[in-house]
Amino acid sequence: MTSPQLEVLLQTIIAGLLLGGLYALIGIGMTLIMGVMKIINLAHGELMMVAMYIAYVLYSSFHIDPYLSVFLAAPVLFLLGVLLQKYLITPVLRVDAIIPENQVILTVGIGMVLSNVAAIIFSSDYRSTPVDYSTKAWYLTDIWKGSPIELSLSMPWSVSFVFAVLITVALWFFLAKTDLGKSIRATAQDKDAATLMGVNVGFMRIVSFGLGSSLVGAAGCLFIPIYYLYPDLGGQFTLIAFVITILGGLGSTVGAIVGGLILGVFESLTATYIGMGWAPVGRFVIFVLALIFIPGGILSLFKRRR
Amino acid sequence: MDLKKYAPFIILGLLALLPLTGISTYMLHVLIIVIMWSVIGMAWNLLGGYCGQVSFGHAAFFGMGAYTAGLLYEKLGMSAWWGLPISVPVVTVFALVMGFIFLRLRGPFFALGTLAMGVILRITAENLTGFTGGDLGIMIRERTWVDKTWYFYIILILAAVTYYVIKKVVESKLGYYFVAIREDQDAAESLGIDTTLYKTIALCLSAVITGLAGAFYMNYMGYIDPKVVFALHDISVVTIMVVMVGGVATFSGPIIGALIMVLLAEVIRSIPKLGMAHHTFFGILLIVIIIFLPNGIAGDWPKLKKIFAKGKTA
Repeated sequence: MTSPQLEVLLQTIIAGLLLGGLYALIGIGMTLIMGVMKIINLAHGELMMVAMYIAYVLYSSFHIDPYLSVFLAAPVLFLLGVLLQKYLITPVLRVDAIIPENQVILTVGIGMVLSNVAAIIFSSDYRSTPVDYSTKAWYLTDIWKGSPIELSLSMPWSVSFVFAVLITVALWFFLAKTDLGKSIRATAQDKDAATLMGVNVGFMRIVSFGLGSSLVGAAGCLFIPIYYLYPDLGGQFTLIAFVITILGGLGSTVGAIVGGLILGVFESLTATYIGMGWAPVGRFVIFVLALIFIPGGILSLFKRRR
Repeated sequence: MDLKKYAPFIILGLLALLPLTGISTYMLHVLIIVIMWSVIGMAWNLLGGYCGQVSFGHAAFFGMGAYTAGLLYEKLGMSAWWGLPISVPVVTVFALVMGFIFLRLRGPFFALGTLAMGVILRITAENLTGFTGGDLGIMIRERTWVDKTWYFYIILILAAVTYYVIKKVVESKLGYYFVAIREDQDAAESLGIDTTLYKTIALCLSAVITGLAGAFYMNYMGYIDPKVVFALHDISVVTIMVVMVGGVATFSGPIIGALIMVLLAEVIRSIPKLGMAHHTFFGILLIVIIIFLPNGIAGDWPKLKKIFAKGKTA
């Protein structure tokens, strides 16, 4: 491999890993909801879209940096998730219906309303937050003068990635160390046993839906400096989140991180070597392959060997 | 009781006479769309309502049928009407492949697998510009008939045949297998029902009927592009809504649902300021139906009747 080719390959993989970190954050939100509620939230991407519009409005009217709006958008999304769970999803869980997938269809309805309302308020134009550091980057040759190859690290991408890692670590700490986190994990593992141990399952569901929403909301704020925004963007990210959860194994947080990174790198590779338009197809090829060959997710491969 | 038995024939007869009464072209157009949607709804209902496999990707079959017809015209210079018979094997093969991959998934995972399939097809059709024409779509330059009457009769026949086939299938042994799978797949399996086989049959039948509706759509509208025929919200989700609103696992449900949904869409679109918000209305309607009438208008008819009766006495 000649050095320009190697450069392109390495650069693609770096871009993929940075993208994957953000994907992981979206995937964790989905997997948390799926693990605790046993339902698939098909409005996941739309919730992210809502957070992105919050960040956009804060930037365009008050010049608040998108990275700071994480601290506002995440709580708002938490509240939105709680309200959705309490007033729409919980009643449906109680309704007796022929089709068992009613909740999934319900979330589709929620997603439709959210993206349509966004289209009415903000029109269907593409938006972005043109922050002044958006084109800044760090170069390898600046640090190591004699480097045979040239690599660059985009500043907003790296900052978003670092944020995503910090949020993930904080979430891990919350789930592993706090009482509330432990109760959520108990609910995910065995709802009935958790109830017997005195865990308020209904409350845990509401909290985890809110938490999942605020995670994807945070991901939205991290995405907006490097991405553009339009009302129909949600559907695409819902599918990404779903592919990640399948790839990582259902309800597994570590799996979602691994799945996010793999998907990010794979998409980056398809975009570089096959063409931008095909990246979404590559995503689904991974999805279908994962369904056929590793239905338990990537991590199940390691478990089987043990 | 007798009236109920003959109701489908009476409705069919009345509909067949309708074009003779000098009905306006616009009304005829709306009726054609209503009947087309009831065909798609009936097809979805077979798979989703009776067999319990909720598909979020019926746009995949619809678009496949439409593209089969369109490509026959565009690439081979044949009449797009050949799309109706030829879409049957094409869609069947596609449904078999899809079934092989996705029918091993249960419940929501099947739903999402099919959803992904619809999106894959849309992106593929958008990117294979040399073959499908990409975003430009396919246009039939010479229409078969200017008048809509014949289109109306063709879709009416398709709907009647669909109704008959689905009624026969559901009332046969096959239908009982489907319901058994919906109610408890493990129990059905342990009773000796080859669940994968019967789910595949339901999927193929449902897919073929939807594909036929798609091929008809190509002929009738004369123009398709990937965003129209592979649309997630405007095809796949509306299909589900047609059945959910009308009544899951009922014969009349998809017809009632199609009537309500198409008329609602027409009304909303005709009001200039509300036109943009039609997804919001659909979404809210879907949420309301799921919470209050989870089995649709036909399925929850006794419940509705009770509510109205109470209203009268009170």
